[in-house]
Formats: sequence, C-alpha cells, structure tokens
Amino acid sequence: MFGYTFQWNQALARLPKMLDGAAVTMEVAVLSMLIGIALAVLLTLLRLSGSRPLKAIATTWVEIARNTPALFQIYMAHFGVASFGIHFSPFTSLLIGITFNNAGYLAENFRGALKAIPDTQTRAGRSLGMSQLQAFRYIILPQMLRIAFLPMTNQMVWAVLMTSLGVTVGMNSDLYGVTQDLNALTFRTFELFAIAAVIFYIITKIITLGARLIASRLFRY
Amino acid sequence: MIEIQNVHKSFGQLEVLKGIDLTVQKGEVVTVIGGSGSGKSTLLTCINGLEPIDKGKILVDGTEVHAKTTNLNKLRQKIGIVFQQWNAFPHLTVLENVTLAPRKVLGIGKAEAEAIAEKQLKHVGLGEKLSTYPTRLSGGQQQRMAIARALAMSPDYMLFDEVTSALDPQLVGEVLETLKMLAEEGMTMICVTHEMAFARDVSDRVAYFHKGIMAEIGAPDQLFNDPQHPETRKFLASVR
Repeated sequence: MFGYTFQWNQALARLPKMLDGAAVTMEVAVLSMLIGIALAVLLTLLRLSGSRPLKAIATTWVEIARNTPALFQIYMAHFGVASFGIHFSPFTSLLIGITFNNAGYLAENFRGALKAIPDTQTRAGRSLGMSQLQAFRYIILPQMLRIAFLPMTNQMVWAVLMTSLGVTVGMNSDLYGVTQDLNALTFRTFELFAIAAVIFYIITKIITLGARLIASRLFRY
Repeated sequence: MIEIQNVHKSFGQLEVLKGIDLTVQKGEVVTVIGGSGSGKSTLLTCINGLEPIDKGKILVDGTEVHAKTTNLNKLRQKIGIVFQQWNAFPHLTVLENVTLAPRKVLGIGKAEAEAIAEKQLKHVGLGEKLSTYPTRLSGGQQQRMAIARALAMSPDYMLFDEVTSALDPQLVGEVLETLKMLAEEGMTMICVTHEMAFARDVSDRVAYFHKGIMAEIGAPDQLFNDPQHPETRKFLASVR
C-alpha cells in the first residue's frame, strides 16, 4: 500500500529500549503526581486562608496551569528560566512543567471537592476538641480525596501523556524521546510510533483499571 | 458548674441573645424551650466557644470560655455537644467515628480507645453496629452514635441542640430514651428541645426563651402548670 513496506521485526527488535523509555515515562508521571498532589493540597489551603497575597499566589498558579498550553509550561521550565541563568536538565524541566500543571488542575478539583463537604463536619470535629488542622487532616481531607479520586485518575493519565512533550526540551530517555531517536536511526516511523502508541494505551488502561480497584478497596462507604 | 453572665450575641444587625444569665450546677439537667429564633441554640454554641460573644461572660468550672488565653480545644474536651444534624463522619465506621477524637485529641492508644468506644456504643444500643458505615444507619442510630462519640471524650457536661428535630417521628423515642438514661446517670446536661413531655420528665429546671431573653425559668411542674410570664403561657398554649 502506497509503496511502503512494513518491517515490524525491525521495529519490534527495539521494544526493550522502548520499554526502558516507558519506565522513565512512568517515573516522571508518578513523581509529578505525588509532588503535584502535595502542592495541590497546599494551594487549596492557601486559597482557603484569609491572607490576600497567599490567595493571589495560589489563584495565579491555578489560572496559568489551567489556561495555558502544557507545552508552554514545560518550555518555560526549561528555556524560560534559562534566560535568568537557571539551567535544569530536560528530565527536571519536564518534571517541573508537568508537576506545575498537575498541581493547578488538582487544586481546582480539590476546591470543588471541598465545597461538597458541609462546614458542619469541621464544626463537629472542633466540638470534639480537635484543632482546625486536625479536623482538616482527619475529617475533611479523606472525604476530599474520595470525591477528587476520579479527577485525580484522569490527571494521572494526562501526566503520562504529557511526558511526550519532553522532546521539545531535549528529553530523550522517556518513551516518546526514545521512539523519536530510534526513528531517526531506522526510519521505521509508522511501526515505531504505532508501538509507542500501544504502550501509552496499555499504561493508561492499567492506570484507570488500577485506580478502580484501589477505589473499591479504599472507599467502602 | 456553667455560669452564663449577661451574655449578648448578635449576627450582624440581629441581636439573638440579649443578656442571658443562667447557672447550671454539676449534675443538673436544664432544658431550654422556646420558639424558633429565640436564641436557644446559639447559646449552646457559645458555651463551648464555637461562637464568639459580644458582651458578658461564660465560665465553665471557673474558666472563662471567651478569654483570649483560654485553650478552647482543651476546654471542649469536657463539654460534649450533639447537634440537630448529627454530623456523622461518613468515611469512618461507627467504631472509628467514636475512637477518632479520643485517639487524636487525648492521645489514647488504639486498643484502649476501642474499648471505650465499644462501651459507649453498647450504652446507646449500637453494640452490633461497630463496623458499619454511618450511611447505612437510620437517623436515630446516627444521632445515638453522635451521642456516643461525644461521651467517649468523658465530658463533664453535655449540650444537646434539638437532637430530635431532624428525625422521623418514629425515631424520636429511641434518642430521647438515651438522653433520659444519661440524665438518670447524673450527667450535667443542657438540652434545647421541642419535646415538651421530655422536658417535663427529665429536667431539674426548664427555661423558656423568648426573642433572645430568658423569660422564665423554674421547676418543670411550676413552669408547665403555673407559668408566670405571659409569653410562656402563650407559647405553652400554642404547643399543647
């Protein structure tokens, strides 16, 4: 067809290298989620705080993360800050960019989840002698995470897919970067990227199915 | 002893408490009755410092609740409160609902906290429901769980804020029975309620609140059979 001869064997021979890349992709995605969740909780608390400057910082973060391209965020984390003499490796820049994006989206999810929990829950905790922080930690946070669990799963999938943007800042050890380098060597473009797509698909499927399993174990009420 | 002295409290322009004076002795059961908006529920949330007050003071065992130096978290450990909406923690089992505060606030170990919680839950008739989640309980059961949750902190005082008002009529009885049992055991209680028969039965004294003022207080016999204040008479005639 169209004079193109498929040579799957040549591409499949590179599968181990691509799977190594997939491991790096997972590393970036998982790290960006873990740090992103912690930052999102912090941003949520800042937005709830009475302080105007703290609120402004958090709101600005969320606004930029949600309303500009992820590519721009990763680019800024690499070439943008380099203008000020700050140099990160491609890996670090990619991680910062995706984490920034994750934190912004998750903070918004958490805010929505918080709104769904009645104020009287905190009040009940305080009336039992808990501090504001204890009431948040033991009563509000677990309920918030449950409500936000599905959006968190979506964000995790999105984080995996966003790693492909790393090539724009010179990342070549992740799945997409490895695939691109192999393509330059072998010119088996269709085969290589088709295999990469299947690997991406399998990873995200495992994430959504795994999340469903975790949810059924974790949230019994 | 709870001493309420000339307490004033406003929400914006609306003054809901207009100078309340009331002393509740250890072991006493005082019920507060009155129409909606009479300020009776607000008074309870002021006693444990959930609401600030504008004037006057409230002393619990000599500690001024609204003084800046008062450690409210500490003070609340000895004042249990149960609300109209029971506020069960939905993500925790019945047992965990009750052990949470003893463990995190009092720092009691898991096993001991569970023993305390089990005892309290059996006490209110929920011994069979320890590992159930609150959403599977009826309103009456959730309210009794909330009572056990407050009791697990071994409070010296219990405040009940219209704890039967949000319940289906057939569930009111079981909760009132629990309150009655506590009263008989000598718990110091202030109950805001619309249940007149209950107020007559368990109270040492009944207070009638009207528009932010305590119009009248007296023994149940006197207040229900021979009310002195014209507003008390009007109110009692309307609820009979």
